[in-house]
Amino acid sequence: MTLELAVFYGFAAVLVLASLLMITVRNPVHAALSLVAAFFAAAVLWVLLEAEFLGIVLVLVYVGAVMVLFLFVVMTLDLNVSQLREGFVRYLPIGGLVALVMGAGMIWVLTRETVFERTTPLRAGADYNNTLAIGQVLYTEYVYPFEIAAVILLVAVIAAITLTLDPRRRRTSKSIDPAEAVKVRAKDRIKMVDLRQK
Amino acid sequence: MTFELPDFSLAAAELWLLTLGCALLMLAVFVSAQRHTLLYGLSQFTLAGALGWVWWSAPESRSLTFNHHYVADDLATLLKSAVLLLTAVSLIYTRSYLERRPHLPRAEFYVLILFAVLGMFIMISAHSLLTLYLGLELLALCLYALVALNREHPPALEAAMKFFVLGALASGLLLYGMSIVYGLTGTLELHTLAAHLSDPASLPDPGSLTHLAWGFALTFLLVGLAFKLGAVPFHAWVPDVYEGAMTPVTLFIGSVSKLAALALVLRLLIEGLGALAVDWQGMLMILAVLSLTLGNLAAIAQHNLKRMLAYSTIAHIGFVTLALFAATPAGYHAALFYILVYALTAAGAFGVLLALSGEHEAQTLDDLQGLNHHHPWLAFLMLVLMASMAGLPPLLGFYAKLIVLQALLDQGHLALALYAVIFSVIGAFYYLRVIKRMYFDTPTHAATPRPARDLTLALSLNGLLLIALGLLPGLLLALTHAVF
Amino acid sequence: MPELPLLLEILLKIGMVVSPLLLAVAYATYAERKVIGYIQVRIGPNRVGPRGWLQPIADAVKLLTKEIILPRQANRYLFLLAPVLALVPALAVWAVIPFSDGWVIADINAALLYVLALSSLGVYGIILAGWASNSKYALLGAMRSAAQMVSYEIAMGFALVGVLMAAGSLHLGQIVSAQQGGIWHWYWLPLLPLFVVYFIAGVAETNRAPFDVPEGESEIVAGFHVEYSGMAFALFFLAEYANMILIAALTALLFLGGWLSPFEGLLPEAAFALPVIGWLLGPGIHWLLLKTAFFLFVFFWLRATFPRYRYDQLMRLGWKVLIPVTLVWIVVIGLAIGFNLGPWFS
Repeated sequence: MTLELAVFYGFAAVLVLASLLMITVRNPVHAALSLVAAFFAAAVLWVLLEAEFLGIVLVLVYVGAVMVLFLFVVMTLDLNVSQLREGFVRYLPIGGLVALVMGAGMIWVLTRETVFERTTPLRAGADYNNTLAIGQVLYTEYVYPFEIAAVILLVAVIAAITLTLDPRRRRTSKSIDPAEAVKVRAKDRIKMVDLRQK
Repeated sequence: MTFELPDFSLAAAELWLLTLGCALLMLAVFVSAQRHTLLYGLSQFTLAGALGWVWWSAPESRSLTFNHHYVADDLATLLKSAVLLLTAVSLIYTRSYLERRPHLPRAEFYVLILFAVLGMFIMISAHSLLTLYLGLELLALCLYALVALNREHPPALEAAMKFFVLGALASGLLLYGMSIVYGLTGTLELHTLAAHLSDPASLPDPGSLTHLAWGFALTFLLVGLAFKLGAVPFHAWVPDVYEGAMTPVTLFIGSVSKLAALALVLRLLIEGLGALAVDWQGMLMILAVLSLTLGNLAAIAQHNLKRMLAYSTIAHIGFVTLALFAATPAGYHAALFYILVYALTAAGAFGVLLALSGEHEAQTLDDLQGLNHHHPWLAFLMLVLMASMAGLPPLLGFYAKLIVLQALLDQGHLALALYAVIFSVIGAFYYLRVIKRMYFDTPTHAATPRPARDLTLALSLNGLLLIALGLLPGLLLALTHAVF
Repeated sequence: MPELPLLLEILLKIGMVVSPLLLAVAYATYAERKVIGYIQVRIGPNRVGPRGWLQPIADAVKLLTKEIILPRQANRYLFLLAPVLALVPALAVWAVIPFSDGWVIADINAALLYVLALSSLGVYGIILAGWASNSKYALLGAMRSAAQMVSYEIAMGFALVGVLMAAGSLHLGQIVSAQQGGIWHWYWLPLLPLFVVYFIAGVAETNRAPFDVPEGESEIVAGFHVEYSGMAFALFFLAEYANMILIAALTALLFLGGWLSPFEGLLPEAAFALPVIGWLLGPGIHWLLLKTAFFLFVFFWLRATFPRYRYDQLMRLGWKVLIPVTLVWIVVIGLAIGFNLGPWFS
């Protein structure tokens, strides 16, 4: 067995195991962490396929940013796991059936050679720069879809901010406005009360 | 590697919309939301400018650019113009509604509407699976946000949630189908795809494994499309979204966005996969029959007018799918004609609801009761709109139904045509009920304030257009005939 | 296995990078205490060994022999895994750092992306430590840290975008060689705002003062590592200092010409041909180490000088100052490249 094959089987096993753990563990934080492990193993497999740009970006975007925020949310939410699992047994038969049919269908289709057009990618040399290659295609041939994707992200930002920011409750932090602080006079803060009267 | 600089002038309208949309967004940061007229004016200016660019950039013949991701043809010009005009009309209907509700985020409303229009443009001019999908997502994302915009109204949030979850599912299915198509043909471009399929050697043999894979692909694609169109049995989100969203958004979803949905179907099924018509016709027929049945029957039981119009949309979508089912140029033409007429009529119907919405949002039959007593002109317009939807001659709606039936009969689908007619008659019941409530019942509510003048004017034009074009359908037919 | 010699070679290389690194970490702690000591008019550690030279060794022995205490109801495995997760990326990044022309373990094209990806993994160690400790201070520290690191990563990434635009490459060696031609050709000058932003973001990424809110001892005791002791605590310490050295080395590589000599182009060619002096004046690993040491000193200097930021000020700085600055400067670089401006972009 070559080293490359050993690395492949190692990380493929991690990927499968982590994915299984992700859907079976009870603790949501553990599930999120399993997903992180699965992403990481998938990234390694990509690097083995000489798609190092995609592999690194998967780690950078999903593992480094998305899943961190996800964990952040899961940790602060008090998830009631038992409630989430209530319907599990009830839906198990039908879910299992669908999974079985889908799995069988995929195995059947994928094991036939003739259905999809297949090409074996060429082995590129060590000096081949696939970041450069992706960049070139993305900014020339696919520049239109690429820019649309950017607009979609912009709309997502607008939507997210519109739906969460309440302009009437904007000042929620306890930050101090120095200009206001300087303007304060003693009479604003101190009330003199005469105690001698009674 | 050679790179051909794309012909940007063909996409001038899209670039204009994007630029002005971003400008509006920036403006909204610096200008108080109270300056509503400015935001409204700029949005209308953007739409008018885009219309100018659409006409200016319309090519003599069908042209492709952006490495074949973008197509400009007569269909695109027609649909884009219709989208712009209807959006502009919707904004006129919406202006006073927004003015009465200062708590709604106005600037974001206009920005999202403009980006939704951009998404529709991208879909209409899409010439690859990738751009079709991305345009659809852009539109859908804007619509989800628009539905949820009224945050203090729990039904709106519920509707947005349902819309989002089902919409994401539908997008997933569509994408799944597209990926199988890509795997089978190795291309994303629609004309390469069509060329691949028109070669008889590459058409799948019945019963072969490739044929099965095509079957999977078509099923996923059609389920995705049916979700987006709101055809039965993938219609569950439609009534909730129509009812939950605020009326301006319902107006936008119910009329304008249907044009883009038809563009999606025309580009994907007819332009790309037209050679496989035999395989998708059957599925369309099932969708059409179910939509006609359920849409018309369920609409009868509705008290809420927005919900009723949602079911009526489903029934109308059934008609459109029937026209597409014919799989002939006459059928596609009928579908295009029908959807244009439907969008115009639906815009008017929601426009009447907006005209009647003061502080309270008019949306039930009770709100219309005895309308003739308070606002006879509005009642008359609503009468025209409802009659057109029901398909009574001499209104435009009648003519739309007629050419769909003609296209069906040309192909010898007598039974289906009869079925459609029977359900149209059943459907007429609930449209006529609205008319009865307006004219023959005494009002229970106090009169709502007079609607703004521009609203009345636009609404009158909208209603009278249905009569005028109903009498002279040749005008609209000439436009749509140029496409097919 | 046919690749056995290759594996051994890689292991040897790793050893050659990691062992000096660990030594450097140990003495960085010593240097920090000495520097801060002198700034505060104290002497700093001076008891263990001559002038306190053996202090880091003593610290290491102490930490190694202390007990690792598991808090009650802590998540046992994650609690022990967290420090490892903090340390592993901090060491793994060094695989692509070149020390001189061609002196690198893994010479990959997308090195800059790799650095960014792995340094974004460090946050897992911290949030897991905070969550697994089952302590409110630790959790608060972890939350602060996660938000802070994700926020500053954006500014950091944008600063790197500027560098890769200027150099036209993600390869660290090529980025350095693109800066050839003397001190005025180094990127600190054309990319001055990005240079400053990168270093500030780097300080924030490593959770160092004045951005050390995740462990702000006046509010949340010691933040995410409040429950850690002994070797587990030492691993966090190790990761933090390894990251500091990394940021210093990267700043030197990306903006100060890495191993290039500042005398290039200033002295006549003949000076570089002199036997020993020529080697010292010419490019070489010593220049990189010197520049790294300088930035490390700046880290200590900052800590001795500035009070801690308040949390909201910190977020505001990241989102409302640093990110806009980088965005504007990326446009400026784009224009500069378009017009072939100066000696840098021609």
